[in-house]
Amino acid sequence: MATDSPREGCGIVRLPLLALLAKEPAHGYELKMLLEQTFGQAYPSPNIGQIYVTLQRLERDGLVRSQDVVQATRPNKRVYELTPAGRDALAAWVEAPSEGPRVRDDFFMKLVLSPLAGATDRLGLINRQRRHYLSVMRGLSGLAESAEGSSVSRLLIEGAMLHLQADLDWLERCQQDLL
Amino acid sequence: MIGQAVRRAAGRRIAPASGPDRGDSALLQTRGLTKVFRSDGTRGGGGRGAAVSAVRGVDLRVTLGEFVAVMGPSGSGKSTLLHLIGGLEPVTSGEIWLQGQRVDRLSQAAWAKLRRRHVGFVFQFFNLVSNMTVADNVELSALLSGATRRQAAQRREQLLAELGLTGKANAAPARLSGGEQQRVALARALANQPTLLLADEPTGNLDSSNTADVLRLLGRLNGRGQSILLVTHDARAASLADRVIHLFDGMVADDAPLLPQQPPKAAGSVVRLRG
Repeated sequence: MATDSPREGCGIVRLPLLALLAKEPAHGYELKMLLEQTFGQAYPSPNIGQIYVTLQRLERDGLVRSQDVVQATRPNKRVYELTPAGRDALAAWVEAPSEGPRVRDDFFMKLVLSPLAGATDRLGLINRQRRHYLSVMRGLSGLAESAEGSSVSRLLIEGAMLHLQADLDWLERCQQDLL
Repeated sequence: MIGQAVRRAAGRRIAPASGPDRGDSALLQTRGLTKVFRSDGTRGGGGRGAAVSAVRGVDLRVTLGEFVAVMGPSGSGKSTLLHLIGGLEPVTSGEIWLQGQRVDRLSQAAWAKLRRRHVGFVFQFFNLVSNMTVADNVELSALLSGATRRQAAQRREQLLAELGLTGKANAAPARLSGGEQQRVALARALANQPTLLLADEPTGNLDSSNTADVLRLLGRLNGRGQSILLVTHDARAASLADRVIHLFDGMVADDAPLLPQQPPKAAGSVVRLRG
């Protein structure tokens, strides 16, 4: 995601990259393409820099290893493969339950703490956030209509829509109890 | 003398000089619209029960061709608002103007007549007539608004084809899925070619794929110029609108145009793979 710090962007793709490498060795650009093909248009694809930085860190941590492959007409490419430690880390990720409710919601922090920053118009804050959610929803609706892709990409969009609906419902609850 | 009489007669039909926004494109306008229910079931100010204000001074405008969504928590008054506008409930105070004509003061019969020509209604629970076929449900609406049998049948055929229901014309509504029933309800609402389509939670009782079908239809209708006022809790439905009004405690808390947004970047804030 474009607005993420490099570090956060890298953290998010660490384990998906390990999963893709579990099938076969690959180089950075192939991995980026594979991610996009799998998850479709709604997926905020990491940029190639984030992929390379992540692969370097995975290598530093001993989860992947790499070797340069000489190409006749083009620059060498670095091909990565999973190490046994990487395979263990991947298995642990797959087995473990994923994070549930978002108890660190950025907007909620903002809403609660905004008076400290001198902001008094909480209804305005809620309305702006609601408009933002609705315009994101509009974008997703458009994507859902044009999604010719796999059921994976359609489910990703539907999941995002359900999250947005929950966020909007929660916004109403905040409006009821905090204003 | 004759000229005066004509002007006077015309004055009864066209918008009086005191009408809001004369000469602009407001299809529907409400001013200070208010609805008070009494807990003993009586209406308006006369009853003895405690007063509950469901709608409190709502100013609302829908222009020709516009798609407006009304959102808000349950109990915020959004369904009541739609019922007032559609003439299903009498207003306590305030004004409703439809195409430059004040309608809240019309007799029940006069408003019903106007409604049959100008307003289509879709409900959450479809409200189809269960002992009539799909075809008759759709044609009835056209016949009531003054179409001939032949016109009504033509219109029905065209609508059922468009909504993917051609094979269902002779079915009883109860034999259809929820999504199909709502499409029949939509066909019925459109049979009189209404100027304004009012929809009250039309996807509230549908699963995800039927919701998508109904929303696609609403979007297509609006694309062809159909004015729509949609009350919904479903953000996906609301996101199709040109403008979203948020109702809270019977009052308008927000009224904002929806701007198109580039999806992939926007999706990034909610679509995130965890690693």
